[in-house]
This record gives sequence, C-alpha cells and structure tokens, in this order.
Amino acid sequence: MKTRFHIGKYWLYVPLVLMAVFYLLPLYVMIITGFKEFSEIDLKTMWNLPHGIAFDNYIEAYSKLAPSLWNSFAMVIPAAVISSALGSLNGYVLAKWKFRGADVIFPFILFGMFIPYQSILIPLVQFMNLVGIKGLPGLALAHIIYGIPITTLTFRNYYASLPQELLEAAKIDGADMLGIYRHILLPISMPSFVVVLIWQFTSAWNDFLFAVVLTGNTDWPITVALNNMAGSQIISWNVQMAGSLLAALPTLLVYIFLGRYFLRGLLAGSLKG
Amino acid sequence: MASVTFQNVEKKFGDLTIIKGLNINVEDKEFLVLVGPSGCGKTTALRLLAGLEEITSGEIKIGDRVVNDVAPKDRDIAMVFQSYALYPHLSVYDNMAFGLKLRKTPKEEIKRRVNEAADILGIQDLLLRKPRQLSGGQRQRVAVGRAIVREPKVFLFDEPLSNLDAKLRVQMRAEISKLHQRLKTTFIYVTHDQTEAMTMASRIAVINKGNLQQLDTPQNLYDYPNNLFVAGFIGSPSMNFFAAKIVKSGDKMIVDSGDFKVQIPNELVGPYKGMDGRNVIFGIRPENIHDPEFAPSNIFGEKVSAKVDVTELMGNETLLYLVTGKNIFVGRVDPRSHLRVGHQTDVVFDMGKFHIFDAATEEAVR
Repeated sequence: MKTRFHIGKYWLYVPLVLMAVFYLLPLYVMIITGFKEFSEIDLKTMWNLPHGIAFDNYIEAYSKLAPSLWNSFAMVIPAAVISSALGSLNGYVLAKWKFRGADVIFPFILFGMFIPYQSILIPLVQFMNLVGIKGLPGLALAHIIYGIPITTLTFRNYYASLPQELLEAAKIDGADMLGIYRHILLPISMPSFVVVLIWQFTSAWNDFLFAVVLTGNTDWPITVALNNMAGSQIISWNVQMAGSLLAALPTLLVYIFLGRYFLRGLLAGSLKG
Repeated sequence: MASVTFQNVEKKFGDLTIIKGLNINVEDKEFLVLVGPSGCGKTTALRLLAGLEEITSGEIKIGDRVVNDVAPKDRDIAMVFQSYALYPHLSVYDNMAFGLKLRKTPKEEIKRRVNEAADILGIQDLLLRKPRQLSGGQRQRVAVGRAIVREPKVFLFDEPLSNLDAKLRVQMRAEISKLHQRLKTTFIYVTHDQTEAMTMASRIAVINKGNLQQLDTPQNLYDYPNNLFVAGFIGSPSMNFFAAKIVKSGDKMIVDSGDFKVQIPNELVGPYKGMDGRNVIFGIRPENIHDPEFAPSNIFGEKVSAKVDVTELMGNETLLYLVTGKNIFVGRVDPRSHLRVGHQTDVVFDMGKFHIFDAATEEAVR
C-alpha cells in the first residue's frame, strides 16, 4: 500500500513538471536572449546559452526606455491608489449603508467588469478629447474608472462579511458614517487593499490598448515604448528582450514581495477571524 | 441615572409587526430583564431604545426626554452586544477609550476612567492586548468595560452571556449583578434564558409575539403567572399542564382531567365557585409533586396514580417523568425516593400550590 502510494505521488509530478517547463520556455528564451550579442542572434541558435554574461543590452534598453518606465509609474500609482480608495468607499456604502436601489446599482457596477476594452475605444478617445484630458492623466483616469467594478466587488464582499454589530457598537460610541469608516473599517481592510492594489497595478501596468490610443510619443508608458523600440527594418532582439524583462520587472517584484498578503487577502473574506 | 419609558411603542418591518403596543416603565436604578423565546421582539425592543432601529409609532423616553429622534450616540446609553463587537485592530485600552476619544474627553480623564473600569472588571493586565488574544470571558469583560467608561444613564445588554460556556455564564451572571449594585444605574438586559432572568432581575418583563405578557418581580412571576405562556416559560423544568374540567361534587370543587381527579382545598375554592362544568387548564409545578413516602405531612395532598417512565437522578433531587393516561408530567422529588422506571405508583399533588387557567383565553383564574 505504502509504496504504491509513493509511486502514484511521483507520477503526478511528471505532467506537472512538464507543463511548468513548457510554460517557462518563453521566459527562458527571453532571459538568455537578453544576454546575447547581436551577432549571436539566429533562429538556429535560439535555444543555446549565451557566450558570456554582459549587461550591455540592459543598459541600452534602459537608456531607451527610462522615460517611459517613469511614465508608467506616474500613471499606474494614481490609477491603483485612487481606484482602490473609491472601491473601498463604494464597497462600504453598498455593504453597510444600503440605500434604496443599492441592490440594483451594485450589479450595474459589476457589469463594468465584463465590458471589453476594444468596444469602448472610440467613445473613450472622443470623450477624452471633449473634456480635454489628454495623455497620461487621461490614461490614468481611464484605468481608475475601469478598475472601480473589481475594487468595489472586492471591498463590498469583505465589508459584507463583517458583523453589523461592530458598526452598531461604533455608532453608539459616537462615530458617524465617515467616522466608522475611518476609525474602524479602514484600519482593518489592509488585506483587501493589498489585493486590490496589486490587481490594479498589474492590469494598468500591462495595458497596451488604452495606452496606445490615449498617449503620444512624449508620454508613452513602457508597454507602448517597448513595442515601438523595435526598429522598422532590423530588430535587435537582444535589446528588445532585455527591455521586455525591464518592463515586466515591477509587476514581478510586486508579486514576489506582496504575494503572501495577496493570498491572505483573497482568503480574508472566506475565513472567520 | 434615569428611568426608561416605552409608551405604546410599535415596530413594523414592512407588513410584519414585531412589537405591538409595548408599554413598559423602567424605574431609575432598576435591573429590568426582557425575556421571551427567540423572535418574540425583545431584542428589537432593546434596539429601539438604543436607537439602532426607528420606531413605527409610540414614544420612548429616557428620563423625561423623548428620544424617538435622538441619535444613538446622544441618548446617553451604552450597549453590550451578544458578539461583544470589539474593534479587532484596537488594544483593550483603546477599545474602551474609543467612545471617550470621539467625545473629545481630556486624555487624563480617559486614562482615569479606563483604569477604574479595568479595576472593577479585573482586566488591568489585559489593557495592551488585542481582542484576538483574549478568551471569551475576557472579551465579555472588555465589552462591559467599554460600556462602563462611558458612564451612561442606562446600560443595555443584548444576550451578553449566550456565547460563554455554562460555568463561565454562571460566574459572569453574578458579576453583572454585582456591577449593578456597584454602579447604581438602570440596567436593561435581554435574554431568552429564564434562569438568567430569574437570578439577576429586580423585575422581569416576559414578552411573547411582540406583546408584553407580564411585568413583575421574579418571585411574583413564578408564584402568580398571569397566563399560560408565563407559567410555562418561567421555571425549569416547566410547569405541568393538564386539560381538565372543574366539577362541583357536593360541597367540594374537583378538578377532573379525565385521568385523575383532585380536590381544590376549601380555603382556596373562592375564585372557582361559579366555574362548575368549565373547561380549564390545570397547572402544577414539578416541585409540588411528591413521592408519597417523603411527602411533607402539612400539605393538602391529593393522590394521583401514574407510571414512572424515566428517572433523572440529580443528586440533590430526582426528576420523575410520569405518565397517567394521555398525560405526561414531571415531578421533582426527594432524592431518597425508591421510585424507578416502570413502577406504577401514587404521587402526591400539593393542592395548596396549583394554578388554573381559562381554557379559551389562557388567562390565570385566581
């Protein structure tokens, strides 16, 4: 019995490892190509390791991408923070201060999650032109609004799991609607904030479509700049791949350092404290 | 310090009437317990008083002030919730200080009051801990402490002991009673547990289906229940009830249940004189049913033949579950009793201590 169980367990790992390897192949190519010299780039030797480790490609990629890297930060940070704050307030009211029609408005807000980017592209650009919010601020605004459904959902579900008595105790203690939010709910919603901030950070950082229609070559975020770095005749794949890694690095770091909290926050609503 | 008055208070949720014309007068410094089965409206009544629900009609007064439209924080009340509702991110000290901080009480004063309350409750060592580091009983104390520091005119308790284990509940019961004596403030306490009500209250309001059934001292409720509901609700095990008829036989009045007949003593016959032939419900408490071997000699005893179905030995007493005809009833007898399961026996009803209720209205006749 015991041996059979062990063999079964190891067999389970075979497909898992194979799938993981397959999934990591593009990452492997990206990293090794980033260290190659231009002369080494060839389809035939695509899988071979580089001759040496040199950071020239990274330096070159960074010098080309640096302005747009900071553009991305300037756009993503407000997009994530403001969208999370609005979602938290929305969630608080929808979960704990139900007004007439709250149960109708909530599904409508959620509906926003299912609208594909492409379908609203033209009205989005026309609207931004109409109100005169252009470039990066416009892009940030688009992401703030596009993030509201998911942030609202996350916070509403978390707040709905909190006992009503907690709010009533605060009410009797003398806190009003905003006081309860500020003194009681806000301090205990940090796990949810981590979830929502990571989510928003990633989706706004990785977005290409909104960025390409709303920004111009002076204020491209990194996704667009990376795409346009490739010249029209010859593509220096080694620099391109180094740039790709640079572009992916911030989201990777966010996951590596906040991933634990991310999981904890996702579970926060489902577990009784 | 203040009295509390409910005047024709009504509460509806949509079409559903939870509280119907409630009239209660709670005197200053009284310990009033609202008791009733779950869903009877007792918690709603407390929440109306706290201002957590709006009343549909009627008037609630704290002292001389009508508080119908006063916000909870301005009603000068403090409430202890069933789930304690401690703020999870604040230390015990900050939990207790929260309300005072919002009211901009000076720091020194906050410190003095929190320390005093911690002293009363014996939680000085816990002041720096977070609620999740506390046991159930300690959380309960903190919740009480949070109410004490506010120095309110009225304390409200919403089933505060129901999440504690049996032993701790008995202990906290005594502590809350002591607290009441010490603070000399009006306490209003909601529970579904009649033992809590009996042991702590200066007066008890029994509520059923949104109606006040009876408001009286614990002893009077026990001895003179106004109706069938109160008689059955107060006391454990419950009072035994038998459908019966009052029959006049010569110059004696007899209660005839069909399965047994017992005589009403002549000196108690007054209220029942004109009731010959009336359908009634006859009630007698378990402790007024005796094993004939150990029945006191000075009572007006009537023998009833029954079969012992189940016995529960408690050490200081024995509970007998007895069957006579279609009736099942409980006797609480002397622990030395030799009666055992299956015995056919006579038991003695102490007819000095019976209750008669009108079969139709379920009101007590006395």
